[in-house]
Amino acid sequence: MRLLIVEDDREAADYLKKALREAGHMAEVANDGDTGLAIALDESFDVLVVDRMLPKRDGLSLVSDLRSRGNETPILILSALGQVDDRVTGLRAGGDDYLAKPYAFSELLARVEVLARRRAPNSADTVYRVGDLELDRLSHQVTRGGEEIVLQPREFRLLEYLMRHAGQVVTRTMLLENVWDYHFDPQTNVIDVHVSRLRSKIDKGFAKPLLQTVRGAGYMIRDGAR
Amino acid sequence: MTALGKLLRTTAFKIIAVYLIVFALFAMAVIGYLARHTQALVVSQITETIDAEIKNLQEVHADGGIGRLIDVIAARAQQPGSNLYLVTSFNGAVLASNVTDIDNVTLSRQGWSEISYRRTDEAADSLHDSRALVRVAFIGGFRVLVGRDIEERERLREILATPARWSLAVIVLLGIAGGVFVTRRVMKRIDNMTATSEQIMRGDFGGRLAVTGSGDEFDRLANSLNAMLGRIENLMGGLKHVSDNIAHDLKTPLTRLRNRAEEALRKNQTEKELRRALESTIEESDNLIRTFDALLMISRAEAGEVRKTMIDFDAAEIARDVAELYEPVAEEGGLKLGIDAPDALPVRGSRELVSQALANLIDNAIKHGGTTAGSKVTVAARKSGDRIQFTIGDRGPGIPEADRLRVLERFVRLEESRSRPGAGLGLSLALAVAKLHGGDLRLEDNSPGLKVTLAIPAQPVQTKGT
Ligand SMILES: Nc1ncnc2c1ncn2[C@@H]1O[C@H](COP(=O)(O)OP(=O)(O)O)[C@@H](O)[C@H]1O
Ligand SMILES: [Mg+2]
Repeated sequence: MRLLIVEDDREAADYLKKALREAGHMAEVANDGDTGLAIALDESFDVLVVDRMLPKRDGLSLVSDLRSRGNETPILILSALGQVDDRVTGLRAGGDDYLAKPYAFSELLARVEVLARRRAPNSADTVYRVGDLELDRLSHQVTRGGEEIVLQPREFRLLEYLMRHAGQVVTRTMLLENVWDYHFDPQTNVIDVHVSRLRSKIDKGFAKPLLQTVRGAGYMIRDGAR
Repeated sequence: MTALGKLLRTTAFKIIAVYLIVFALFAMAVIGYLARHTQALVVSQITETIDAEIKNLQEVHADGGIGRLIDVIAARAQQPGSNLYLVTSFNGAVLASNVTDIDNVTLSRQGWSEISYRRTDEAADSLHDSRALVRVAFIGGFRVLVGRDIEERERLREILATPARWSLAVIVLLGIAGGVFVTRRVMKRIDNMTATSEQIMRGDFGGRLAVTGSGDEFDRLANSLNAMLGRIENLMGGLKHVSDNIAHDLKTPLTRLRNRAEEALRKNQTEKELRRALESTIEESDNLIRTFDALLMISRAEAGEVRKTMIDFDAAEIARDVAELYEPVAEEGGLKLGIDAPDALPVRGSRELVSQALANLIDNAIKHGGTTAGSKVTVAARKSGDRIQFTIGDRGPGIPEADRLRVLERFVRLEESRSRPGAGLGLSLALAVAKLHGGDLRLEDNSPGLKVTLAIPAQPVQTKGT
């Protein structure tokens, strides 16, 4: 995957670039808004990581400028301002996701990977499959090995989100934001308990566990045999 | 800038000056109108008298001929204070008169004119310049002039003009004096306000603008500015309190962090031990970040900044959602979490902040109040009067009455809770959120346990069809 990092703090940019390379991705760096815009228009990237406060041209104006020129590259906005209303303005400007500084690299990596493989909204499948686990988004039916599994509405949405991003790491914050639509810190490991509940419903009694915990990052659902 | 220059520039003075000019013009117009009318009256009286006299003289001429006419005029002309008379033959010889120096043009045609004249009994070099309104009539081939001195008219003009000038002068003087007086008063109050604001700007947030108690617009202005200052002072106080707290309470985890890193460096450690030390350092700094975020969130809620992102939402749904989020955690801790929020409760506010406040309270109930296994936590959302009440009750140890106010402060944690995770900011945020929405937060005895009530104003029911 090829990324562009637009970040004026050189140390942070270099750290990101290095860490992304270790994760197997290529990253370019631009240190101000104007350069960032020029490079983003000139070359093609899978994801842009844009700091909100930049010299010459701030991050939000870069994002809205790109969007107004028809550039649809997924954008993750980084910001030291992590409050609700800042998020809203960031997403309104055309960002696809918003991450508050300071962040864990695993969080950024998970979000960037999900953004890069984001599906086009009209080609959404109605049935998600992982191994012998099937989720029907229309009838809200979940089966494993042909046997029906009864889920609570929230458990269904949790599983739906995990399966939409099958094979990708999904962090606790991503789950809280996308399944519950909360952006605050729940203080306790609430998400872990929900996930382990779900796991006991879909994995218990099956030889091959599908829902895995990724240490220090989050969760991932995938067919372990592959 | 000179004091006078300053005075002249004030709005009050400018307004007064405009008033003054308008009023003076009006007064002059009234006086002018009066003068004109009285003069016209005097003139019409004079013309009427003269007309009557000429008519009478024509009758005299018709009755007694020219001889009788001359006799009558001569007699009348002798009387003191009489009208002015002059009779000449058609070729200009004076037959009877009490005036001289009448120019020939006047006498050459019939009708009215205003002329200067001299009485025959006056000295030729008299400086007295008399003017008269005269009518010339041709009676039986003779020219007869009858006139009247118009000194009366002039005197009347004088009589009116003098007081008019005086009153104008008085109006202007009074106006200026009044203007200066009013402006100075206004300026003094504004100067006071300016001085107080400058003093406040220098950092004395205790200063307030003087209120005279008269209830005028300056008082209203001063009152609302004072209210604003009070709010700022509170916010500043909060800020100072926060920074003091930060200094105290963030130093502890920072010291811990530093110690741990130092220890990892000092000892001869295996790679595995070093990893562990680094991991716990990251964990510790994550906790610090979380504390910072919570502090920021509280000050944002206190500053009311989030108000612009408020939306309409269902309070009952929020209560159910947040309770549902925590339900598995409660169950894992051996607690039952009961939810009682059946009816839709529309409110306007920050969905995110209210959710977080509820999350904090439910978290507390599970964490601090759920210490005895098998006990129960209840979450309810109900409408009570014009308020929505969220009630979170537990069956734990509760909080002693003496501590119920204290625990609302930032970083305050009771002794027996220190071993549990948390930074002591949960209740502070809940309180700030309640206040942001114009509500309040109450801690009560649930005998046993703690009952926390978060109340916010309900959305007034909208009339349908809008
Ligand atoms: N439900 C409860 N039962 C008993 N004590 C409580 C309860 N809720 C709060 N407290 C006390 O109030 C303190 C402050 O609460 P809070 O501000 O939420 O901080 P934290 O939960 O991080 O300790 C807690 O440390 C605890 O001592
Ligand atoms: Mg708490």
